[in-house]
Amino acid sequence: MASSVYLCLLRAVFLVCFVNPLIQGLSEDESVFQNPHHQQEENLTGLPIVTFKWHHVETPYLVIIWVFVAGLAKLSVVELNHHVISVVPESGLLIILGFILGGIVWGADRAQTFKLLPPTFFYYLLPQIILDASYFMPNKLFFSNLGAILIYAIFGTCWNAATVGLSLWGCYEAGVMGNLDIGLLQFLLFGSLIAAVDPVAVIAVFEEVHVNEVLFILVFGESLLNDGVTVVLYNVFDAFVALGGPRIDAAEIFKGIFSFVVVAFGGSFLGIGFAILLSLLTRCTKHIQIIEAGFVFVVGYLAYLTAEMLSLSAILSITFCGICCQKYVNANMDEKSVTTVRHAMKLLANGSETMIFLFLGVTAIDTEIWVWNTGFILLTLLFVFIYRIIGTFLFTWMLNKFRLVPIEVIDQVVMSYGGLRGAVAYGLAALLDEDKIPEKNLMISTTLIVVYFTVILQGITMKPLVQWLKVKRAAHSDLKLIEKLNNRAFDHILAAVEDICGRIGDNWWTRGWNRFEENYISWLLMKPKARKNRDYLFSIFHKLNLEDAINYVSEGERQGSLAFSRSDEAANVDFKKQFGSEFADVMPNIMVDMSNYELGIEHFSVTSIVKDTIPSVSLDIHGQDRKNAMDDINAHHLLQQHLYRSRKHHRHKYSRSHFSINQNEDEVQEIFQRTMRSRLESFKSTKMGVNPAKKITKHHKKELTHKMPNGHPDGTGHLYGDEEVEGLCVFLPHLIEAGIENPVFLPDMDSPTHSPPWLMETEAVAPSQRAQRRLPWTPNRLRRLAPMRISTCSTDSFLMADVSLTLEEHEEHSQTDHVEM
Amino acid sequence: MGSRASSLLREEDIEEIKKETGFSHSQITRLYSRFHSLDKGENGALSREDFQRIPELAINPLGDRIINAFFPEGTNKKYTAREDQVNFRGFMRTLAHFRPVEDNEKNKDLTSGEPLNSRTNKLHFAFQLYDLDRDDKISRDELLQVLRMMVGVNISDEQLGSIADRTIQEADTNGDMCISFSEFTKVLEKVDVEQKMSIRFLH
Repeated sequence: MASSVYLCLLRAVFLVCFVNPLIQGLSEDESVFQNPHHQQEENLTGLPIVTFKWHHVETPYLVIIWVFVAGLAKLSVVELNHHVISVVPESGLLIILGFILGGIVWGADRAQTFKLLPPTFFYYLLPQIILDASYFMPNKLFFSNLGAILIYAIFGTCWNAATVGLSLWGCYEAGVMGNLDIGLLQFLLFGSLIAAVDPVAVIAVFEEVHVNEVLFILVFGESLLNDGVTVVLYNVFDAFVALGGPRIDAAEIFKGIFSFVVVAFGGSFLGIGFAILLSLLTRCTKHIQIIEAGFVFVVGYLAYLTAEMLSLSAILSITFCGICCQKYVNANMDEKSVTTVRHAMKLLANGSETMIFLFLGVTAIDTEIWVWNTGFILLTLLFVFIYRIIGTFLFTWMLNKFRLVPIEVIDQVVMSYGGLRGAVAYGLAALLDEDKIPEKNLMISTTLIVVYFTVILQGITMKPLVQWLKVKRAAHSDLKLIEKLNNRAFDHILAAVEDICGRIGDNWWTRGWNRFEENYISWLLMKPKARKNRDYLFSIFHKLNLEDAINYVSEGERQGSLAFSRSDEAANVDFKKQFGSEFADVMPNIMVDMSNYELGIEHFSVTSIVKDTIPSVSLDIHGQDRKNAMDDINAHHLLQQHLYRSRKHHRHKYSRSHFSINQNEDEVQEIFQRTMRSRLESFKSTKMGVNPAKKITKHHKKELTHKMPNGHPDGTGHLYGDEEVEGLCVFLPHLIEAGIENPVFLPDMDSPTHSPPWLMETEAVAPSQRAQRRLPWTPNRLRRLAPMRISTCSTDSFLMADVSLTLEEHEEHSQTDHVEM
Repeated sequence: MGSRASSLLREEDIEEIKKETGFSHSQITRLYSRFHSLDKGENGALSREDFQRIPELAINPLGDRIINAFFPEGTNKKYTAREDQVNFRGFMRTLAHFRPVEDNEKNKDLTSGEPLNSRTNKLHFAFQLYDLDRDDKISRDELLQVLRMMVGVNISDEQLGSIADRTIQEADTNGDMCISFSEFTKVLEKVDVEQKMSIRFLH
């Protein structure tokens, strides 16, 4: 445990120590580097069997060695975090490790040969992190909070830059900093480069803290989008410094403001253009699926470099490229390619982040750059911190007047504390021109100190702070079970009432955009096959089927074949009872699993069987165990784990190291089916004996013989589907309009009657039951195993079966008869 | 849409609703246009089907119960023409429970003693979501039903039963194995109900 950590560290140290003298010894020999051939010719007395060709491989070798060392460093840091303590965030530990490595290099070389050079950072290390962040960005969350994010990014950054710069200048004029060769413009320039919140640092620290999703997206979105402002401010003030004070007049200032518009919007539109290009490309790559994953990286990087070339905001460009293309690329590409892209992105991003932090540490060990000016440095730290807090609270106060869900004070505190500076600031500082800005080294030193302070100190204290703030709130009550239950109930209630009220006003735009996007953009950018399959429920269906299949296989492997044969008997009986004999023939393999489910329904919830690896025989025993084990802690824990999360609580964890399918889709499926079933039951019970089963299927176009069963005439025949396309529920209209072979749902279909709205969805939710009767069993039409596991009440499952049977029978019989009320 | 909808809503209606619920004039008109857009049958009242058409309610565990809350028991002529319909006044009355609680009470001139959006009334609304048979007590079965709705499929009935038992134990002070409204209020006194049950309606 601890030994492995030390081993890793030792390994890294040894490697560097070993390599370094080698490098040093060889690179010092200039003549070798310059005249390789002469050297060899001169000393050649016989045939050399083996020669040492360092100069041939020097550059790539050094690069690879550093990548290797970075990997080792990450390994040791993670091991350290795992086994020893997890107080310091990984980024902080990497910086410290960088210090050590830098010290070793410096000790060997007397000079820092391995610095983090701005071009390396900006062109080779940063793009993949931003691409990774934007590719996995939760779009809905991002765009619904876009207003707030933009306010923070634009005005917040300007505020920070202006206040820090002006305050420092004021203090300089007051003489606190001693004698420096610096002017107002240079202070403003410094302010602009230190003002920006850094996406790399934010990800690194917040990943380990797990705050709620709105807070995370606000800080993270701000850190991404503020690059537009940072680039502009930096370039503007850089140019102003070059021009000199006297030549700055109103025209120049207007040009500065105008350049912001051009740079920011130009970068964004460029990114969107590349996203369109990428989507079109993936649309055509059906036959070379093996390389289509590469296009994502290539085009993304192209977007970045092109924007850089045109002096537009490169980060904005690659951000919007990632954000806009994710949906289409994921739909168009083969599943394997999608997985490849995900894994490769995470790998590259992780690697880059490690190297960045490592080099941030290494670069510090360099006597040349350090200029210490107590006043400047301390004041910078102070002002950066204070103005961040003031700015955040100020803008949040303004925003809360317009937001439907105001941002809480606690979140504001975390937001202001989370304004971390990172490598981008350092890169910009290192890019400064020494001739124009004589105090460049001072600025670099200060930037480094600010970066270390925020990443290490604020990183360390972030988690305790978050916990402390929450603890303070919760300390009033122990959060009893009933409170927890009610809290969750309140969330659901609130969500429901909000939906009933509609988001009055901005909903119209969202709906309009969604409609436009479905009809035109998807047509252009998505493969036709993908467009048909983008049915939301179907994709959940498919994913859940895949999960079930995987569970089924692993369960089988665990239990061995004996378990299957044992439960086979019961399977037949139950199965036939449930679904009629047709199914038994069609799906022999599934039967066994069905038996597990059937048994499970009587005793336990089914998934617990699958997941807890309990062989079907010993169900009862386990049941008693469970009862005994139930005590206070378990009750709380269980409730905590299993309560459906409401919208507010769905955490989208942005994690550098793993990604999971959004679990709330499972919950959504469960709740949805349960609701539909209960509605169906109540509907059936109120309309005694009337069969509700005028099912609309994809195969029977003329079957639309529904009458509004509850009597009151629905003359307009409005087909549900053009309202409330919000958030999670884009799928329901899709169900209606899914696929071109579903003419019954075309808006112009003038049907005098139609079934209660929820019935339509129920039908479409479980198409496979219907499909099974017609089509041979193929893997694509794998029966949805899960519906049977929905409820632990046995009656419900039978009812479900009855419903489906009834419906199917009626569907068989009814051709044209109308339902009478 | 706006002008047509508001022409169906008379000024005196708006005034009455304003007095009863405390919403502002513009909020009432906006909510009326929402009411109107939900009302597919165009008969000035919402039925359960109209609510059920809202897609998000289908995936909300408590969706159906909230829909029921709009349709009060009995036919109070002011709010419902028939059992299964709710008119705009009834709609607003239910929504009024979710108005944020204001400190400066503009609702001093409300006819009913306590404003609809007071803490007690909010809690009462939530209480009625659990208490289906309206006997002012949440029995173990009712609690079980709610729990089952709110919880995933991974919990068995026995586990749920013991959770329900513990929950009742925590709240029950008079030992009748049911939670009365006063017990409910007491046990939730530390929860910030005002904030959790409030929606900021746009002006």
